[in-house]
Amino acid sequence: MSATITDVLIIGGGMAAAWAAIAAAEAGASVLMVDKGAMGTSGVTATGGPGHWWVPPDPASRREAIARQTTKAAGLGDPEWMERILDLTWRHLPTIAPWYPFGSDGQGGRFINGVRGPEYMRALRAFAVARGVEIRDHHPALELIADPDGRVIGARGLSLRDEHPWEVRAGAVVLATGGAAFRSGLIGSHACTGDGHLMAVEAGGRLSGMEFSIAYSLSPEWASTRTLPYTGARFYDVQGHELDIAPPRTGHIHLQTLGAAMLAGPVFADLVDAPRDLPAVLRRIQPLTAAAFERRGINLFRDRFPVRLFGEGTLRGTGGIDLVDGDCRTGVPGLFAAGDAATREPVAGAASGGGAVNSAWALSSGRIAGAAAAGEATRARHDAPARALGQAGLRPGGAVRDIDGVGLIRRAGAAIHDYDKAFWRREETLAASAAELDADWRAIADHGHASGRAAVELRSTAAVVATARWVVASARARRETRGLHYRDDARQTDPAQAHRLISGGLDDVWVRPLADAKEEIAA
Amino acid sequence: MIAHLIAERCTNCAACVAACPALVFDPGAAQPVIARADACETCYLCELACSEDALYVAPETDSHAAAPVAELIAAGLVGQIRRDSGWNDPFDAGQLDAYRLLGPLLGAGVEIATRRHEARHAGD
Repeated sequence: MSATITDVLIIGGGMAAAWAAIAAAEAGASVLMVDKGAMGTSGVTATGGPGHWWVPPDPASRREAIARQTTKAAGLGDPEWMERILDLTWRHLPTIAPWYPFGSDGQGGRFINGVRGPEYMRALRAFAVARGVEIRDHHPALELIADPDGRVIGARGLSLRDEHPWEVRAGAVVLATGGAAFRSGLIGSHACTGDGHLMAVEAGGRLSGMEFSIAYSLSPEWASTRTLPYTGARFYDVQGHELDIAPPRTGHIHLQTLGAAMLAGPVFADLVDAPRDLPAVLRRIQPLTAAAFERRGINLFRDRFPVRLFGEGTLRGTGGIDLVDGDCRTGVPGLFAAGDAATREPVAGAASGGGAVNSAWALSSGRIAGAAAAGEATRARHDAPARALGQAGLRPGGAVRDIDGVGLIRRAGAAIHDYDKAFWRREETLAASAAELDADWRAIADHGHASGRAAVELRSTAAVVATARWVVASARARRETRGLHYRDDARQTDPAQAHRLISGGLDDVWVRPLADAKEEIAA
Repeated sequence: MIAHLIAERCTNCAACVAACPALVFDPGAAQPVIARADACETCYLCELACSEDALYVAPETDSHAAAPVAELIAAGLVGQIRRDSGWNDPFDAGQLDAYRLLGPLLGAGVEIATRRHEARHAGD
């Protein structure tokens, strides 16, 4: 297998990956993107419609926005990071104009901060190509490679089309693999299995904030869609009795009341109260959402329809790969992280990073990581001996056996997203999940091996199980309620726990408060 | 999930083969082949990529069942997403002029739910 050589390797194909690639190329680096799906259609942005945190650059407005967001972040945000992403987003989002048909703002100008997913990702692909980025679709990375000093010097993976292995040697690598949705069925999230989280930890990196992962979106039971039509919905049980559901603004209580109703039986949404202007414009705003009903022969504003909650895991949560500096370094030499793959606690804290702040983060952390990776790439030695870092699913510790991947993913998904477990987190249920997930991890680590496309799915399975273990361990360690993390057996916020929780480990999962982790690095 | 590839419309441009994130299509001699139908994620994005409106995705994530092509075409459902999106329109066609209403309409729904809940619990 001959290796391709590049300055910067971007792993991923969503919006953070795209912005990282563009920024690295603008900094003069040669850039190669490898994506598990197809860059432009893969990931949750492609079917979504990201609004960006958008505040004009006058000091008073910015100060006020940052103060509000710092309060929302429940003690874990970083105002300096917030300032940076406001600035980068304001300056760079308009630069997609040659490839994106910005609509009207209704006042004679362009509406910039909200962009529709398919058009946005089409534009970012064209933008990246125009900057000289080389894109390899359907090229999932399976593992990172490092030199003898532990510096990440590239990756290996598989071309799905012809099932040929590939190797890329790079001066720096950016993980922009997205969050982990545990195969919940959330639209666009099928490939979001935590691959980057697993690769980062195998390389010696660590995670942060994995407990902030209780996030869901409501959709018809037959398919996950965007949620625009449903925010004013009334809810009914199967007998047609109206349910007393706390409104969306109540956050976790909204989820708890909906979850309790859904555990008791089917729940139906009725959109009779939807904003009066919505029916006429829905298809012009979210064509995919309109199609999900129209193609079933359902008039969603007239007919009641069954609904459920689709888990969004760490996508709309805030946890991910820990960043050790303002350049999005992971602490592993040569390895950077951006977007939903990285922790968004600096800008979202304990609250949901979903929506505007997350999108601004994806753009900004992508640009920051891409530019920093380009700066570091010149130090590369492409002739260094390479050590492959992948473990579970690639290099089993014992005899190879068949692994029930579908079953393992279903169990991990249930541990994270089952309503009873997620909306009322308690030590007993978390401990039971941890034991089950540990056994599943052992099965993959000791016996998992596959070839061709099956190897990609097995590695995805390993990543799902690994990521679920870091979530469950972090949720156990935070014995309080804060932001997105709700403990039914510790419903108060504890001022003594206003610190981040770092996690990691493969065979032995560990969780520590950030203060301790800092001391360890110093030591 | 992917339900129809309409042979008489397909020009074998293979845009769907390249665009599908789940590698559902393989290239074929006369037209692409739906090689891994069960991998389809129901994202509809292959329909946007298909300028001939030769693809139809059924709305359920666990079923390929759909009405016959002629019926779907007569009902105006084939190519509907591409037309609604204005996907291939010139950039000054105003295809995203309603998009600014997304945030306000989301917020209006949240307000409606909040007021209704308050009214319901006014006597509590």
